[in-house]
Amino acid sequence: MSEFIIELKNVSRYFGSVIALQDINMQVKLGEVHCLLGDNGAGKSTLIKTLAGVHKPSEGEFLYEGKPMTLTSPRQALDLGIATVYQDLALVSLMSVTRNFFMGRELTKGWGPFKYFDTQTANKIAVAGLAEMGIEVRDPEQAIGTMSGGERQCLAIARAIHFGAKVLILDEPTAALGVKQSANVLKVVAKAKARGLAVILITHNVHHAYPVADRFTLLNRGQSLGTFLKADVTREEVLEMMAGGQELADLESELAEFQRADSADNDGGNHALDAGQAATNSMQKAANG
Amino acid sequence: MSTASIESTTNSRSDERIREVSKIKKLLNRPDFGAMSGVILVFIFFAFVAGDSGMFAADGILNWSTVSAQLGVLAVGACLLMIAGEFDLSMGSMIGFAGMVIAIPALYWDWPVWSSILLAFTTAMAIGWFIGYIVVRTGLPSFIVSLAFLFILRGLTIALSILFTNKTIVSGVDRVAENDWLAPFFGGEFGTGFFTWLASIGAISTYNDGSPLVSGIPMIIVWCVVLAVVASWVLFKTSFGNWIFAAGGDAKAAKNVGVPTDRVKIILFMFTAFCATLYASCQVLEFGSAAADRGLLKEFEAIIAVVIGGALLTGGYGSVLGALFGALIFGVVQMGIFFTGISSDWFRVFLGVMLLAAVLFNNFVRKRITQAS
Ligand SMILES: Nc1ncnc2c1ncn2[C@@H]1O[C@H](COP(=O)(O)OP(=O)(O)OP(=O)(O)O)[C@@H](O)[C@H]1O
Ligand SMILES: [Mg+2]
Repeated sequence: MSEFIIELKNVSRYFGSVIALQDINMQVKLGEVHCLLGDNGAGKSTLIKTLAGVHKPSEGEFLYEGKPMTLTSPRQALDLGIATVYQDLALVSLMSVTRNFFMGRELTKGWGPFKYFDTQTANKIAVAGLAEMGIEVRDPEQAIGTMSGGERQCLAIARAIHFGAKVLILDEPTAALGVKQSANVLKVVAKAKARGLAVILITHNVHHAYPVADRFTLLNRGQSLGTFLKADVTREEVLEMMAGGQELADLESELAEFQRADSADNDGGNHALDAGQAATNSMQKAANG
Repeated sequence: MSTASIESTTNSRSDERIREVSKIKKLLNRPDFGAMSGVILVFIFFAFVAGDSGMFAADGILNWSTVSAQLGVLAVGACLLMIAGEFDLSMGSMIGFAGMVIAIPALYWDWPVWSSILLAFTTAMAIGWFIGYIVVRTGLPSFIVSLAFLFILRGLTIALSILFTNKTIVSGVDRVAENDWLAPFFGGEFGTGFFTWLASIGAISTYNDGSPLVSGIPMIIVWCVVLAVVASWVLFKTSFGNWIFAAGGDAKAAKNVGVPTDRVKIILFMFTAFCATLYASCQVLEFGSAAADRGLLKEFEAIIAVVIGGALLTGGYGSVLGALFGALIFGVVQMGIFFTGISSDWFRVFLGVMLLAAVLFNNFVRKRITQAS
């Protein structure tokens, strides 16, 4: 068996004339958190959707546990143990918490044609899953149209965690969350990693990405600028990668702030860096790694 | 705050953010609440207006419940499909078509009746599959696709029956169906022994020769009940039911989490075709004739019943029981107006008003459920 659970080889994805992804190579390891970085429209969501079985790659190869494979549906990906939190959450407002939680993967009881949806157990699991995210559900049978944005996001995450046996994909999971819930999500990500799952995380928040991630892959306008191990990059460099090397002037003040914060913990005089220097550093690393 | 203290607070008293919701509020949130109250109102109204007209005698009851059950069979199919977010406007034409598919082979080609019944079900469901396939494949609104089939099937029925029989009404199916094993399941009656017994103890009125005025329950009523119970169970208690709600609520979201929405929709188009054929079979085998223009406008009546029953036209919400109530309101009012001798034009006025009221009410309910989004 391969060392990687998922491998992409020269994967491209086109939508008509739009090139959403071009020649992407990526490897995802069990027990690692793999962070996808990139600007808005860089192709992050498109990339994870090809991993989730929503989009078929237009070109290139998808390998699962070392074997080439074509995912034809999200259902197939779920059967393989790949669960996804989509950016738009994929929830149905008119349906209840429990029905959303188990949508497509219903918990059944009984035999043959008399199999039925085991609502009671399902309710319990859904409530427990949300409690782990820090959300107290009032009534698991209530339609989620009445839930807050963050509560819905936690529901989508709890669902993916419950069904992701091997790979957990999170597309901006903390976008709508409060401080406590964001911390919970990161905790859950760390827990999943400790359980040996592979986690693919998309976020625009470096404070969320840096502490939990083991690897960073940088996307820019549909192309990969390379994968970096955490050991090889600093938080500042990550932040810079996320900005796509642009608007550095604006960033400088922010960087100065990090510097102060970092030098508070470790007397890091070596963090004195100027943005241009960091950019060259990361480019070199891209070339080496 | 530690987890232990959170738990102890939630255990010691229920969530402080739940307001006590009255039973009535809960009832109001049911999709079928509107139709349920409609049924009660309609019954009260006709109990006063037509109480002594025989509408609530055994044969009167049978009369309006048969009409309701006929529509109910169609409404159950239309209901599941509407919850899945689609329409089937070809149901009415399918009734005419299926009726002819039963009658022509049985009468003109000497097929045993059971085989022509099976042929009707298979052909209809194959057409249902085809309609569903076009809808999910092209992504076109089912409204348009099934409207096309409304015309195609009606035209085909008339053209083919003229081609094969030179007529558009064929009768005599009851004669060839006499000793058929399958025909009684559609054209027969249920509980005849029970009604004879009721007559013998004088509980129901009889003809002069002592045979009961009501000899049994038409099979369409039995079918309607069976279909409604099964459909309701599937909708609320099974995985497939969850898929129906998901497909109608948000097909893209449902697909992304692994719900085979295309398959669900195709199966439900086959189910509406099945329901239409069931209606046709009962009609043809009970009355012994088939006509090419049967089932005219039935697709709209079914949709009206479903909407009165609380389903949202946009999908994702509704109940089979509601659709059944919708059909019952329909049947009771139609027959009640007949019994009271009011001009039947008023029936249409009533129908329109009822439909409008139901849609307004459903819209209000939907806003309550999704107000936070
Ligand atoms: N179904 C589609 N049809 C056409 N173009 C698409 C489709 N999906 C994505 N694209 C295009 O592909 C590009 C990448 O989109 P994607 O959603 O992957 O970006 P992203 O990196 O997730 O951005 P964000 O950070 O804003 O979520 C965009 O330019 C988008 O317009
Ligand atoms: Mg995105």
